[in-house]
Amino acid sequence: MYRYDQYDHLIVKERVAQYRDQVRRRLSDELAEDEFRILRLQNGLYLQRHAYMLRIAIPYGMLASKQLRKFAEIAVKYDRGYGHFTTRQNIQFNWIKLEESPEILEQLASVEMHAIQTSGNCIRNTTSDELAGVAADEIVDPRPYAELIREWSTFHPEFAYLPRKFKIAISGAAEDRAATAVHDIGLHVIKNEAGEVGFRVLVGGGMGRTPILGSVIRDFLPWKHAMSYLEAILRVYNQYGRRDNMYKARIKILVKAIGPEEFARQVEEEWAQIKDGPSTLTEEELQRVAKFFTDPAYETLPAVDAAYERLKAEDRGFANWIKRNVKAHKKAGYAAVVLSLKKPGVPPGDITADQMNFVADLADKYSFGELRVTHEQNLVLADVKQSELYALWQAAKSHGLATPNIGLLTDIICCPGGDFCSLANAKSIPIAQAIAEKFENIDFQHDIGDIELNISGCINACGHHHVGNIGILGVDKDGSEWYQVSLGGAQGNESSIGKIIGPSFSATQMPTVIDRLLQVYVQQRTEEERFIDTVRRIGVTPFKEFVYATPIRSAEYVAGEDANA
Amino acid sequence: MPEIIKNKTVVSDDWNVLRLVEGETAETVTVPQGRVIVPLKVWQAQGEALKARAEIGVWLASDERPEELKGQLDSFKVVAVDFPKFADGRGYSIAYNLRARLGYTGELRAIGDVLRDQLFYMQRVGFDAFAVRADKNIHDAVKGLTDFSEKYQTSWDEKNPLFRRVKRETAQTAD
Repeated sequence: MYRYDQYDHLIVKERVAQYRDQVRRRLSDELAEDEFRILRLQNGLYLQRHAYMLRIAIPYGMLASKQLRKFAEIAVKYDRGYGHFTTRQNIQFNWIKLEESPEILEQLASVEMHAIQTSGNCIRNTTSDELAGVAADEIVDPRPYAELIREWSTFHPEFAYLPRKFKIAISGAAEDRAATAVHDIGLHVIKNEAGEVGFRVLVGGGMGRTPILGSVIRDFLPWKHAMSYLEAILRVYNQYGRRDNMYKARIKILVKAIGPEEFARQVEEEWAQIKDGPSTLTEEELQRVAKFFTDPAYETLPAVDAAYERLKAEDRGFANWIKRNVKAHKKAGYAAVVLSLKKPGVPPGDITADQMNFVADLADKYSFGELRVTHEQNLVLADVKQSELYALWQAAKSHGLATPNIGLLTDIICCPGGDFCSLANAKSIPIAQAIAEKFENIDFQHDIGDIELNISGCINACGHHHVGNIGILGVDKDGSEWYQVSLGGAQGNESSIGKIIGPSFSATQMPTVIDRLLQVYVQQRTEEERFIDTVRRIGVTPFKEFVYATPIRSAEYVAGEDANA
Repeated sequence: MPEIIKNKTVVSDDWNVLRLVEGETAETVTVPQGRVIVPLKVWQAQGEALKARAEIGVWLASDERPEELKGQLDSFKVVAVDFPKFADGRGYSIAYNLRARLGYTGELRAIGDVLRDQLFYMQRVGFDAFAVRADKNIHDAVKGLTDFSEKYQTSWDEKNPLFRRVKRETAQTAD
């Protein structure tokens, strides 16, 4: 993976010093809170309900075991012993003291990490495919480009105070695992007919109040022009994006207002001025970065390991885990393993310091000391030998990291919600927990099969509810918490935005609502159909009619705030 | 006399920024004698008279376009860009465009909500003068110009990105 050179170290070191002085000036009142707020946000420090939350960037989801151990250390020393992985491949600590935040950054810098631009109206951490470099369906490894974008976007002087936050995702595989359609810019690394590498450029996707899928504004951008083209997009947006209403300030609103064709025309016009200038990438620069992402020292192994096949046949628990949590690898005899952070009873994406240290050990032992964070809030060991899967499974199981539920009902994407976040209208974690508990039976989950259940505690949609096959959105009605349900959303190659099925429900009704939706699916599905396929074929109406047919009692137990504190 | 930061040092400055108040219009407002930086609209309404002055400046609001001054930039001793709030980042692109697209080479001054922690970015996009908000210590603010000693990407101040300026390490030489 990428390693800092003296320049990266220097820039991050100077950032820590700058931030330390900003905190000092805030504490001595030289900086007003209004002035400091925007500065600290650009450094990922939010003021939440109970304390400060620090969001640390995990560039395009790549993490070294040493870095994960550092998170564990931070969790113990400065937080309450755990952290939370987010849908944008970052990690958040929820109980941070302002006075200690510069010290944490210094600690992070020692392992080549930072919290630069993890919040605020600037270019955020670029996210990517968690299987980048190992996926069997990869066209081009997106990571070198993601790193080049990281460097270009870090402290870009012109684009630090944009109308609103700005998120870029990049994917280089046949299947889009980076949710590129719901990003401000989505990049698909592709090859043209001549075999040259370039990008399909999507702009204006997003969730929040106005969910929109991105529009393709360029079918093929030769890779050398990546930076100047991004600069052109950002310059158009910085000048013309709305600043009068924060809910209409994202680039998607601009693209929608003038149309993707007109937006593309403006970008091309701007680009014509800077194209082929000094920002043009060179083969040498690409190679410098690409050399950090070469294959590890793979062994030559048979495609099928006999002992592994035998264990899979004998041990149903292992077979279940293989089926859901183990992904195809480009290299014979290897596999990518998803460690589930969705054990029922645990807030989705949460991980304890002990687990972090344990996963770091697993990475060292089984996967060349590296791991990845997924936007579904799980972890991936990307280079595991097939012959070691059984041992890894048993080890992961002993630490609650082997729930065989990846892509299933309880692999819920969920934001921190009202338990932590001051933006939230409603709690989200207790809803996820109540659903996970109701449907804990793994055989039932395997029978239901692929399904994406996403929960957001407010319209900002950090829990990606718009693209959940079932989406749940917390809303506030007259001071109490209600949940709106949508159906038919999807991420990936066939992205779609879910449709709201009707009036919202109370928290305690939600497990029954999900149960009724699943009943309709079970009744209506054909043998091959996933949940989303059935919804697409028969439409929302049969689901809606059944859910609202009879009243739902609101008496069932839902884990409350205290259960998660 | 008020002070500004110019060419990285604190200097006295006797330019006055004219801002229209309630009831005044660009056409009828009286532009005082002396060194005055007038709003773009006043320049557009009273340009003929103002051109006769030896020393005149103009300022752009964050929602105004620098192209409006195309072909006229030689008339000004100073061009200023207003930051109504420091979080309004349009001024950065306005400055960049004044320099890179319109070829303006004279003094480019940031006015309004101009604070220490934005100066580094401002100087990168082409500002060379900063009228720091009056309630702030300008000698403290000037330190903001030197927060960083390296940068990855191009802007007005740096014509080449880092990768074209220095030899960077690759994986083989990294540990």
